[in-house]
Amino acid sequence: MKRSSLGHWIALGIGALYFLVPLIATFEFSLRMRRGEYSFDAYRVVLADARFQATFGYSTMLALATIVVGVLLVVPTAYWIQLRLPKLRPVVEFITLLPLVIPAIVLVFGYLRIYNSSSLLPMTSNERATDLLLTFGYVTLALPYMYRAVDNGLRAIDVRTLTEAAESLGASWPTILFRIIFPNVRVAVLSGAFLTFAIVIGEFTFAALLDRPAFGPYLQLIGANRAYEPSALAIIAFAVTWACMGLINVVGRASRGATPTVP
Amino acid sequence: MTETAASQVVPPRTRLALPDGFSWAWLGVMPFFLFAVMFLILPTGFLVVGAFQDNEGHFTLRNIVNLFQPSILNAYWISIKVSAVSAVVGAIFGFFLAYAAIAGGVASWIRPTLMTFSGVASNFAGVPLAFSFLATLGRTGLVTALLIKYLDFNIYSTGFNLLSFSGLVITYLYFQIPLMVLIMAPAIDGLKREWREASTILGASTWQYWRYIALPVLWPSLFGTTLLLFANAFGAIATAYALTGSSLNIVTILLFAQIRGDVLHDQNLGYALALGMILITGLSNGAYIWLRSRSERWQR
Repeated sequence: MKRSSLGHWIALGIGALYFLVPLIATFEFSLRMRRGEYSFDAYRVVLADARFQATFGYSTMLALATIVVGVLLVVPTAYWIQLRLPKLRPVVEFITLLPLVIPAIVLVFGYLRIYNSSSLLPMTSNERATDLLLTFGYVTLALPYMYRAVDNGLRAIDVRTLTEAAESLGASWPTILFRIIFPNVRVAVLSGAFLTFAIVIGEFTFAALLDRPAFGPYLQLIGANRAYEPSALAIIAFAVTWACMGLINVVGRASRGATPTVP
Repeated sequence: MTETAASQVVPPRTRLALPDGFSWAWLGVMPFFLFAVMFLILPTGFLVVGAFQDNEGHFTLRNIVNLFQPSILNAYWISIKVSAVSAVVGAIFGFFLAYAAIAGGVASWIRPTLMTFSGVASNFAGVPLAFSFLATLGRTGLVTALLIKYLDFNIYSTGFNLLSFSGLVITYLYFQIPLMVLIMAPAIDGLKREWREASTILGASTWQYWRYIALPVLWPSLFGTTLLLFANAFGAIATAYALTGSSLNIVTILLFAQIRGDVLHDQNLGYALALGMILITGLSNGAYIWLRSRSERWQR
């Protein structure tokens, strides 16, 4: 027993080394901008860069739009599948897994062919329309995660009883969805939302090929032209990802403390 | 409680039982299916059909035949090698890490820490990941510099280059290993303590326990998740693009260049390139889903 736990510690030690060294190295590198001493100059330069602010703001807006569209698409569907069409569950689950099967670059290639400016639905003809297309693309990318999160949330509550209780009290469908179902899967929706945010904020392929000024293409541009700023940006990106994952844990833990609506 | 019972008798029940309730129920999932058709099925279908058409829209197998030219085959081959090596190595290390954290013998804070970190690292892909490894193992990276300074060992004199095959594999492992940890953890949890105890009581060695009990139970998840990691690496582009520019000829970068500027000088050949990718990721993901359904039999 002693010897085997030593082996476990060694495995974990090597793992920690592999995962922490690049973070330490990146952080160290990001401090090297001023010759001969450590400074936060790289961060100052990055944060003051107008393009950083513009692209980060743009990607944040896109992420929020993606979350709103994704939630409005997924929650009613998953709810309806659970309540009325359980036979369709395998079909819907299969579709939500497709974005993992079809590479993102293939999807965006298809978008560019189908929604180009000479097509029936020219979604790349002006910037607003392309933003919309990009949002829908991101909803697609986030679909596997959002659907899984919401579906797990719905399975944990008694959808049928809640719906029937609301119906018998005279609630309309919008009321049931927005005042009964949504609040009950709040935690699941938030988990899906934070994960979506983490995926969208630095996404490169869709944004670059649809030619929109998002954070991902900006990162790539800086990486190709600067020395120390990329490291600072990598640390910032890591912090954002960490914050998203941390928030998922926080809302998950908070909900476990609270009393569930339906025991 | 009585309210719930009462509600089962009044209107909602009758509405559920209506024969024409079926068509009305379908309406509820129409937005989802419309979305799936518009942003998943049609775009993919367009490329798949286009792969079998010439410029005038006539059926042809020429595009598929043209895929077998050296530069394209080479791109597929490098992609497959990078994905396979990073998947297998990632699966092995990920499994050991997960097993070490879960199977006991270590402090109890290890497991939640590892799982949280894995959630972060598996999502920390793309362009920033490339920056991190350039700062670590690039020509002026910290580890490269420290090795020269203290061990007088220049990894670049051994032929190592971060902007090449081995460098890409090492970088990809940063999201492959955590993904393996996240997916394997439930499967390892499914190994019941009693199985180990029973086999020990019956005189089985550790090797025998693994050979005859643990591995036969785990292999569908192990093999399936390895396939998932393979597909995950195969479709990735941002990290490789930020790391190597377009100097490394992997298939996603070739397709990226094709979309941007028609480097193949043949639009339909681009569709065939995409079709090849869909086939490879589709097959490995399909096998993963099938194997996962097999492995779930042990997990309840």
